[in-house]
Amino acid sequence: MNENSEIQDVELAVSRWLRVGVIISAAVIILGLILLFIQGGSGYPDNFYPHSLSDIFNGTVQFKPYAVITTGLILLILTPVLRVAISIWVFVREGDKLYVIITSIVLIILIISFILGKA
Amino acid sequence: MFSLQILLIAILAGIVGSVLGLGGGIIVTPALTLLFGVSIEHAIGASIISVIATSSGSAIAYIRDRITNLRVGMFLEIATTIGAITGAFIGGLIAPNLLYIIFGLLLVYSAVNMIKKKKGDQQELVPMHPAAAKLKLAGTYYDKAVQQQIPYNVGNVYGGFGVMYGAGVISGLLGIGSGSFKVMAMDVFMKLPLKVSTATSNFMMGVTAAASAGVYLLRGDIDPHIAGPVALGVLAGATIGAQIMQRMKSKTIRMLFIPVLLYVALQMIYEGMGFGK
Repeated sequence: MNENSEIQDVELAVSRWLRVGVIISAAVIILGLILLFIQGGSGYPDNFYPHSLSDIFNGTVQFKPYAVITTGLILLILTPVLRVAISIWVFVREGDKLYVIITSIVLIILIISFILGKA
Repeated sequence: MFSLQILLIAILAGIVGSVLGLGGGIIVTPALTLLFGVSIEHAIGASIISVIATSSGSAIAYIRDRITNLRVGMFLEIATTIGAITGAFIGGLIAPNLLYIIFGLLLVYSAVNMIKKKKGDQQELVPMHPAAAKLKLAGTYYDKAVQQQIPYNVGNVYGGFGVMYGAGVISGLLGIGSGSFKVMAMDVFMKLPLKVSTATSNFMMGVTAAASAGVYLLRGDIDPHIAGPVALGVLAGATIGAQIMQRMKSKTIRMLFIPVLLYVALQMIYEGMGFGK
């Protein structure tokens, strides 16, 4: 019974944080689309859209619609990573060593595959 | 308006994806290329965003309602991610044709299995696999369709792990989400209840897709004008889908899933035979 309620804690924590992440990313994307609508342009010439981190950051600070939308998309892409990271933290708190190891391996492989993919 | 139409298609993709445990790419990619004339690179970029949106949008409800089995998901995620890296590496070394055919046939096999299983809605309690006991994989969920708590065991952990590794190789090699393989590995091999399989598949797919989505974005394959509306629509659709799925009978979900499985299987075999190009 005790173990059951522990599992429930993990699930509730992950679900709650995931909701926060999803709502924030959706709000930023909506903001970007509204800006696109109001400004009537993407903030960039022709069909260009920013895809380096510095361009995206600079454009977002200046409220350029495409940059704001892309920031929202990056936040969305980070939500699954957030999910894994929170799970590690919760498993640590529960003292479930086996799953701390398993989940950490998943996070490390994720980071490795991202680096390999970029190269 | 262009964005509005994309939004509507995306909502549909989110519902279908979250109910069946697929990424939604199966709808988003063809819709964008065929209906909207979007280039294949941008369509794939948008579809990987849709995989993540389906996953995160539905996971909120599935995890809270304890349909997702987090431990199964995390454990199998090791196999999928290592598989994906393997796939990316051997991509240049081997012809994927044989793999296409092998996995196509595997999907046909599991579709046949599912058709046989379709008759009963009752989940028989399989004997617990010793590795599953050690990994604490067994679980229980509340099925809103039959209004009762459904406890379940987990069988054939190694078989499921193997298929998951294969699914990872395929997705690394071909850049597909391979949700159908994930559901198959859990449902047919590990004997998890179908709802748990699709919810857990959704959970896992987002994690796998996150790494490649980052790469796609920096490479410039994710066009905000397309991917923005797709993300919002799919998030909304997945949230709705996650509610609908819990009230559907497993039998109904299975009946929707089998044709999709056969479609993907035949397409893979077709490509493997060299007709695709």
